[in-house]
Amino acid sequence: MSGYLAYLAKRLGQFVLVVFIGVNLAYVVTHATPIDPVEQSISAATSFGNTAPEAIEQMRQSLKELYGLGGSWSQQYLTFWSRILRADFGPSLSAFPTPVSALIGRALPWTMGLLIVSTVVTWALGNLLGGLAGYYQRNRALKLMGVVAMGLHPIPYYIVALVLLIVFGFVWPVLPINGGSAMNLPQGWTWAYASSVLLHSILPALSLILIGVGSWFLGMRSLVSNIVTEDYVQFAELGGVNRERILGSYVMRNALGPQVTGLAMSLGGIFNGAIITEKVFGYPGVGTLLVDAVYAGDYGLVLGVTTISILGVSIGVLAIDLLYPLLDPRVQVR
Amino acid sequence: MLAILRDLLKYNLEFRIGIILVGIVIGLAGLSFFSPYPPTDVYVVAPDVPPSAEYWFGTTSRGQDVFWQLTVAIRNTLLFGLTVAVISRVLSLVIGLLSGYKGGWIDRALMAVNDTFIVIPLFPLLVLFYFVLRDSMSWLLLAVIMAALGWAYDARLIRSVAMSLKTREFTQTAVFSGMTTREILAREHLPYVMPIVFSTTMNNMNWSIGLEVTLSVLGFTDINTPTIGGMIYWANQHTAMVAGVWWWIAFPVAVVIMAFVGLFLLAVSMNEYIDPRSRLSRMGGGAR
Repeated sequence: MSGYLAYLAKRLGQFVLVVFIGVNLAYVVTHATPIDPVEQSISAATSFGNTAPEAIEQMRQSLKELYGLGGSWSQQYLTFWSRILRADFGPSLSAFPTPVSALIGRALPWTMGLLIVSTVVTWALGNLLGGLAGYYQRNRALKLMGVVAMGLHPIPYYIVALVLLIVFGFVWPVLPINGGSAMNLPQGWTWAYASSVLLHSILPALSLILIGVGSWFLGMRSLVSNIVTEDYVQFAELGGVNRERILGSYVMRNALGPQVTGLAMSLGGIFNGAIITEKVFGYPGVGTLLVDAVYAGDYGLVLGVTTISILGVSIGVLAIDLLYPLLDPRVQVR
Repeated sequence: MLAILRDLLKYNLEFRIGIILVGIVIGLAGLSFFSPYPPTDVYVVAPDVPPSAEYWFGTTSRGQDVFWQLTVAIRNTLLFGLTVAVISRVLSLVIGLLSGYKGGWIDRALMAVNDTFIVIPLFPLLVLFYFVLRDSMSWLLLAVIMAALGWAYDARLIRSVAMSLKTREFTQTAVFSGMTTREILAREHLPYVMPIVFSTTMNNMNWSIGLEVTLSVLGFTDINTPTIGGMIYWANQHTAMVAGVWWWIAFPVAVVIMAFVGLFLLAVSMNEYIDPRSRLSRMGGGAR
């Protein structure tokens, strides 16, 4: 049990460090630049339409506070942290006076839903197929799948999403390509709304899955094809254990450990992909929020989304890390 | 070196395909030096002409020849990827080798920072960078920022090799013959990790080009330097797909996909070559 506690402490320490370094990066980025961010934001925010001079002055005041530009640098630094710990990023400039935290709170469930479902599907599918491909190396269909995975995997999220958008939006328009649900539906637990949400999520999820499956497939295939040459697998084969059982509980079980660690390590990248995909399909999650906030010059919102993303991803990684000992009993002994 | 190349060409289909794809893309980039038009000028040819004998890939709504624009764009994009890769290779080599060789608290501290950079979602951070810097976000600055954020994964890989090199006999000999840490790392260990450095260069280029394309498409970079992402950005600005100017998007996307798949295949085949087990099985020997 002490092994597990030590593991837990180490993971928690890493979690705190990730959040600390991430937030500090955000601080350095926003404070160590030669440009006056307040004037930048104001000129960007007021370039669309008319804004009353009093409103600009009010904006300037709240921005200065938000950036923590008053007082010595140590005071500024502490103000920055206290705002982040309270998740208080002030009112949004582009959707004045809605607070930034409310906007993010509204967008977060969309992103989390898309991200969790597509990541689970991708990971399970990629590992299952990759495991089969590594074990049944002569199977034609699985070989072909390997070729497809190799071709799809290196292409960045944006390009795949764009191609899907073109195919299903212009060439063969059968699926909705924009938004999280149909415009005129009241939100609620009705069948019409739920099916609309599901239908709208197909393309974003599909583009995430198409790219993601490849790396798990290739990783699992090479892990499994190395494990099958191990002595204990040969022994099991000679002992007449049936092949499905060997693959399931002898080979894949052992290969899952590195793949779970891999999931924790690539979560940041998957998150990047999800928010890019959201923007392409106009999905109402934090990705769309972030990009639109940049266009509107909304500093509080950009900073808010950035820090919440860092926090969210590190919580996700921590959760996966805490599940890992269930899979690898060696952690508890060490 | 030549023997390695010959073996790879002979036994490895992925390497052959990869080298052809990358060759085509580099060839295109090389053609940019013969472009009849200055790359940043607009309205030099008739706009919206579909692909024809005169304009192979058609022309854009901004009056640029897509083919020649594309050659410059892919050159800049590749150059960007290479710059990021070279700078971040230096970082990951220094950190990986030092961490693996020294061990102890240096290793623990470096790897804690390293794991942080692996986990942090970089896209929002890069967007934040752009948001603050705006117009002063130049091509080179973006490359440096991405290199500073993108070394971590490969540093861990290099560290794992360095850890095993540390226990080898020649390292002990080097220590006893009075070589300093710097000398051991640079002269004894560096040659061993070079193959990994080459294969990770390809993957790192894919990573940085992918992010650069994404940022450019959203308009979050210096959009006046022609890049693949920049081309798609301008095409989107002119709603090229709706207007039926499909060639403006299709050709840049096709070329950049070729670059991605080519670089990835090169990286994969090099990785296989580095691992003697998979190299043997590919050449027809081995256990299975």
